[in-house]
Order: sequence, then structure tokens, then C-alpha cells
Amino acid sequence: MIDFISRLFNKDTSSKDVARERLRLVLIHDRSTVSPELIGALKADLIEVIQQYMDIDVESLIVNLENDDDTMALIANIPVRSLKRAI
Amino acid sequence: MAKKNPDSQVIVVTSGKGGVGKTTAVANLSTGLAKLGYSVVVMDLDIGLKKLDLILGLENRVIYDIVQVVEGECTLRQALVKDKRFPELYMLPAAQTRNKDDITAEQVVEVCKELRPDFDFIFIDCPAGIEKGFQNAIAAADKAIVVTNPEVSAVRDADRIIGMLESAEFRDIKLMVNRIRPDMVRRGDMLSIEDLIEHLCIELLGVVPEDSGVVISTNRGEPIILNDKSSAGQAFNNVVARIAGQEVPFMVLQEESFWGKLKRNFGFGR
Repeated sequence: MIDFISRLFNKDTSSKDVARERLRLVLIHDRSTVSPELIGALKADLIEVIQQYMDIDVESLIVNLENDDDTMALIANIPVRSLKRAI
Repeated sequence: MAKKNPDSQVIVVTSGKGGVGKTTAVANLSTGLAKLGYSVVVMDLDIGLKKLDLILGLENRVIYDIVQVVEGECTLRQALVKDKRFPELYMLPAAQTRNKDDITAEQVVEVCKELRPDFDFIFIDCPAGIEKGFQNAIAAADKAIVVTNPEVSAVRDADRIIGMLESAEFRDIKLMVNRIRPDMVRRGDMLSIEDLIEHLCIELLGVVPEDSGVVISTNRGEPIILNDKSSAGQAFNNVVARIAGQEVPFMVLQEESFWGKLKRNFGFGR
């Protein structure tokens, strides 16, 4: 009875909508989480390609996948020591 | 064992999360297909935590298990347990006192290869989790059925499992939703089938409503699909027909009547 009355007057979002939203966010997060192995492999390939063109500081290179709500970006910070001579 | 079709289908039933009704689904789907005259075998790969023998009511008939088969202590034929009700249904039991490392994926593939010539359907009951037991269970399968419940934790695990099946190059992955309560969905207190499909983006194979009869049938060791009057039994029958290749419309889940609603809201009944 009390449940019924509170349901009539209570305009709170239903628990299903709460579940939907939580699920949406958690799945976005889960799906965007990339394994450290994958990032490691990507980093190694990046270094190999970039080194053909310039001398980079491999030690302080940073590669990260960042997500912000619905968008995702691969952020890389690659310090360049020197450029190779133009051919 | 008389096979209906020249080809066999190896179907793994998996979920990630435990307790969503995988084994119940395997027991009912296999019983239903055997009832239609197909020759069916169910492989219990939940080594160390077996349940399938109990759900099928065959626990007293188990002599050998799959680990003994791969270790060469008995033949595959000796380990197969014949069902009480349907002569075309067999179970390959898991070992209870061993663990998932006592069998390899290659051995599971080998056992399946040996079963294929004799059976139309080979069901694999996958353990919960994403570790070795899961990898063993999916190794030999052609198709996968992902079982979930309409709750956030089960759906999240299902999503992970679907991702793993896709990266293992499964082309045929279908969803089965267990334990849905139409009254709660209507009230806005439970995720609906549409919500689940939208999030998981896979094809729906079937929906089984919550039914207290499942507990009773498990108590007795008689799959609920044998009870045509139960809503879960009917739902499982529909899934079986779909697996057998028939087009079956999705069951309209029983809506509560006006009086039922009134009674519930005023605190009678439940």
C-alpha cells in the first residue's frame, strides 16, 4: 500500500533507467580499455617507423589511449632529438 | 545412435558470470532436441564443479568421466551416460575431484571429433569465468549461445564473453536471456530484452521467464522442458524449435491483468 502511494507521488527515475545508464557507461569503459600488451606492441611499431625519419628519445616516449565520454583519442608524446639530414 | 543429419553442430553454452542458468539451459535444450528425435550428447566441461548430471537426474548412472577418457582409463563409449527418458540423449560427465588443468583444449577437440559421426548436436556446458575452462570449452565449438540475465553484472560479463568469442573467430553467437520478469520490466524495475539487445548487439535466440517451476524440476532432476504447461518449459521449447531450424515467433510474455495489478499494488498476494 505504502509502496503504491509512494509510486503515485514519486517521480524518481525507474531503477531500470538507472540500470540502463550504468550499463551504457560501464560497457563504453570496458570496451575502450586496451590491454597493456597491445599498447606495448603499438609503441614498438611506432618507434620503428619514426626512427626511419628522425632521431627520437625512446626512453621518454609516452603513448596513451584516452577517452572522454563518447570520444577516444590516441595521445602520443614523442620527444625528437634531431632530424635526419634531408636526402 | 541414429543420426538425423549428416552434419553435426557443436554448440557451446557460456555466460562469463556464474549462476545465470547455463547448465539449466544445456539440460533443457538437449532434452528438447532429443524429444524431437535428434541424437544429442552433452559434454560437461565444468570439471571440479559439475552440475549437469544432477540437473538431468543422471547422477546415479555416472561411472567414468571425461578426464578418465582423455587419460585413457576408459573408452569414450564407456563414459557416455544414457538418459533415462530419451534413448537418443547422452551425457559425458565432468570429473568432480579434478580441475580444469587436467584437460587441454586439444583433448576436447579430439573428443568432439570422435563424437561428431554419431550425433546431430553436441552441447558443451562451459564453466563460469574466462580462464582455462572457458578456453577449453570454446575450442571445439562451431557456434555459441551466450546466456545472460536482465541485470547489469550479468550483461557486462556477457559483453566480455562476446568480445572473447569474436576474437576467437566465432561467426554464430546468439543470446539467450534467462529469468526475465515481465511484471518488473513493465513497472520499469528490470532491464528489458530491447535494452539487452541494444547494448550487446547480437541476435536473440530466446527468452525464458523466471519460473519457480525450475527449482522444482531441478529438485526432481527432470528438465522443465518436459512440463509443457510451465512458462519456462514453453520458452525452452521455442528455443529448441529455433535451433532445429524452425521460425518461431518470440513468446508474448504474460502481461498481468488489471485485477492482478490492483491486488499487487494494494498489498494482497505478493
